[in-house]
Amino acid sequence: MNTAPAIELKGITKRFGKVVANDGIDLSINKGEILALLGENGSGKTTLMNMLAGIYQPDGGQIYADGRPVQITSPKEAFLYGIGMIHQHYKLVEVFTAAQNIILGLDEGKLDIKATNTKVKTICDRYGFDINPTQKVYDMSISQKQTVEIVKVLYRGADILILDEPTAVLTPQETEKLFLILKNMRKDGKAIVIITHKLNEVMEVSDRVAVLLKGKYIGDVPTVETTPEKLTNMMIGHAVTLNINRPTYEHPFPKLVVKGLTCIDNEGVKKLDDVSFTAMGGEILGVAGISGSGQRELLESINGLYPATGSVSFIKDDDTSVELLGKTPMQIRQTGVGMAFVPEDRLGMGLVGSMGMTDNMMLRSWKSGTGLFVDRKKPENLAKRIWKDLDVVTPGTDFAVRRLSGGNIQKVLVGREIAGLPAVLTTAYAVRGLDINSSYLIYNLLTEQKMRGVAVVFIGEDLDVLLELCDRILVLCSGQVSGIVNAHSTTKEEVGCYMTSVGGKEGGR
Amino acid sequence: MSTEGKMPFVRLAKRDSMAPKEVWLIRAGSILLALLLGCIPILLAGSNPFVAYGVIIKGSLGRSTYIKQTVKTAVPLLGCALAIAPCFKMKFWNIGAEGQITMGAIASTYFALFWYDKVPSVLLLIIMAVAGAVAGGIWGVIPAFFKAKWNTNETLFTLMMNYIAIGLVSWLQGGPWEGRPGSQIIPTFKPQACLPKVLGIHCGWIIVLVLVFLMHLYMNKTKQGYEIAVIGDSYNTARYAGMNVGWIMMRTMLISGAISGLVGFIFVSGANNTLYNGVASGVGFTAITVAWLSQLNAFAMVFISMILAILSKGSNTLQSLMKVPASISDIVTGILLFCMLGCEFFINYQLIFQKKKEADV
Repeated sequence: MNTAPAIELKGITKRFGKVVANDGIDLSINKGEILALLGENGSGKTTLMNMLAGIYQPDGGQIYADGRPVQITSPKEAFLYGIGMIHQHYKLVEVFTAAQNIILGLDEGKLDIKATNTKVKTICDRYGFDINPTQKVYDMSISQKQTVEIVKVLYRGADILILDEPTAVLTPQETEKLFLILKNMRKDGKAIVIITHKLNEVMEVSDRVAVLLKGKYIGDVPTVETTPEKLTNMMIGHAVTLNINRPTYEHPFPKLVVKGLTCIDNEGVKKLDDVSFTAMGGEILGVAGISGSGQRELLESINGLYPATGSVSFIKDDDTSVELLGKTPMQIRQTGVGMAFVPEDRLGMGLVGSMGMTDNMMLRSWKSGTGLFVDRKKPENLAKRIWKDLDVVTPGTDFAVRRLSGGNIQKVLVGREIAGLPAVLTTAYAVRGLDINSSYLIYNLLTEQKMRGVAVVFIGEDLDVLLELCDRILVLCSGQVSGIVNAHSTTKEEVGCYMTSVGGKEGGR
Repeated sequence: MSTEGKMPFVRLAKRDSMAPKEVWLIRAGSILLALLLGCIPILLAGSNPFVAYGVIIKGSLGRSTYIKQTVKTAVPLLGCALAIAPCFKMKFWNIGAEGQITMGAIASTYFALFWYDKVPSVLLLIIMAVAGAVAGGIWGVIPAFFKAKWNTNETLFTLMMNYIAIGLVSWLQGGPWEGRPGSQIIPTFKPQACLPKVLGIHCGWIIVLVLVFLMHLYMNKTKQGYEIAVIGDSYNTARYAGMNVGWIMMRTMLISGAISGLVGFIFVSGANNTLYNGVASGVGFTAITVAWLSQLNAFAMVFISMILAILSKGSNTLQSLMKVPASISDIVTGILLFCMLGCEFFINYQLIFQKKKEADV
């Protein structure tokens, strides 16, 4: 077999504005090998692979295919080099059959759907795919749709297959079937890259693991020579000191008691599984976990935006409790318990992008007062106060917030939520995409709230931040509480273990 | 951006912001461009475009009777555009105004035909107006209810409801409400059931002008208007803010349908003094153009509906005087819509040409 790598990346760099998504990455992809590309969310895995698939162009460095320097400017060109990518979100036409989707966009002269069906069938038989070429896509399960995407790439003659988190939407049985197919393709001499952050899958299917961390290439190891713990340590990196100011509140007290919280999504998948914890007033409770472990559902169900079973009780100052679960957001507000929520999707949920600061302040107060008309006076004053206090860079309080920078958008959102003097403040990825200064400003605002006796829930992705900002850290793993640790004394490695397996046991579930 | 490889010759970038003055300049320019492009079909029809435009203006505004007719054309357009505005602001694509107008017209006609001798004229007109609004409102709520409950497609739903309403009129015309047997015509209303004239035009124009102010207030100053704007921008933000989206959708369609129903009342009581199956005469669809061209601004709708009325009235004159088909006005309206919507693109984006070599990021 040819020993030259199928694809070689040298010094690949990609920037988006000021953010460096990939920083001088060297990586080789070999034929007849399954390479796992491992890294936390935002570590740059997908960006890197998108450059191979012709979706992005690198800002620096060079890609080699079979030893020759190449420039891949479109997905079509990527196929010339035999590179095909299966994206996380499938791109299929629902009303077409499998075969019609597979030949979509190909120019093979006269369309002969019968010949196509036969050819598709041959590919399926060769690797053990289980799809019917004449079945319509809307009739298919998610795993069948994925199969169509894979066949689509093989039909175009790809030798190098890149799969972006292929197992994220599959059941364990479907995952097993997929792995069997991947192994068949490996036997056939194909080069396969799977992007993932699930360690047990890496151990099970890959030959070699390459790890990215915050856009940098950490290294690669043969899978047989490593263990999940070693990989976790590579994935989360060494502890970095951030010097976030963390005063302690004298006597934290229970504020929000969550018991047996369980969420099931539209597809019947359990997003939260019997989650129980207590958020204390005067404490920042961090929530760690690989992305998609149920963080979003946790905050949305607490805030009345996601259906769930179990119980969420708010403890009032006189020690009586109010049940929040089963109430709409408006009903929760009417109980007067003071819940504030900074959602992950700032412009899609927390703010109205086309409106100015004033009208966005009104999202919390629009209903106040009697009569038909809205009161814009108070929101206007609040907007002006936040504009000044938090140094929001905007031409005016009527300027559409969509046009502000990420940091300023977040200042508007957090500023509004804090202005309501909440008793519980829940935040999801509050500093995502923010520069250092804005991030610290947010940390300080949250700490200020903590010292006011507010129960702060902080969903984060950067473990260094979680360790230095929070008082306790709850770790979610596949929708379950994997562990709750004291942030003052725990280590990055301990949290990492909880992140990858419930209870921190080795080797996954 | 990539440092090596092919850079496209032009690329698009989102504009930060633009002075309002410039924005209106671009919009005025686009109207001018549309009128220029409109010369082409007129030339092809064998006429001098400048003479033709002159005839259009003279034919629609040249005499007081012409002006009255033009205003009569503009009134339902304006009223219906006002009805559509809140739905479109909410991104609820209601293209069923035609049917809502028709249902309003049916309800008003019932009272005009059977109650004219039971109550005094003023009361009769009020009853007719209310009945029209209620019927139009109900016709509007039905698709909203289904959307709120089962997320049905409102565009198809409202469109189909139009044909039901029109079919209903055809049945009434040939059946229960037929005047002289075999005529297939509903009798003309008694004078008590007709809207009085003010300045020579039925007073529907006063009603819609009042509605302009009310709609402006509603959309910009009320809690309900705020709710509509938030839902239009982001469904999830509305949920986050504690809004009951399904309920608001139904309420908004009730209001929208009611205004359309009122337009139906103005049609039968003011303009036609009878009911026939083409009562809405496409106003429900043309009003979409008016609402869109006005950027859902209530005051701008007054001007846009007048422009479209001038084009349509004037081109009728054009047809009789210069043998240019009256459908030229539809073509010019189409070009106008194309240019004005196209110019929004240039307000939001700017083109960057390759020659400006950018420094590397």
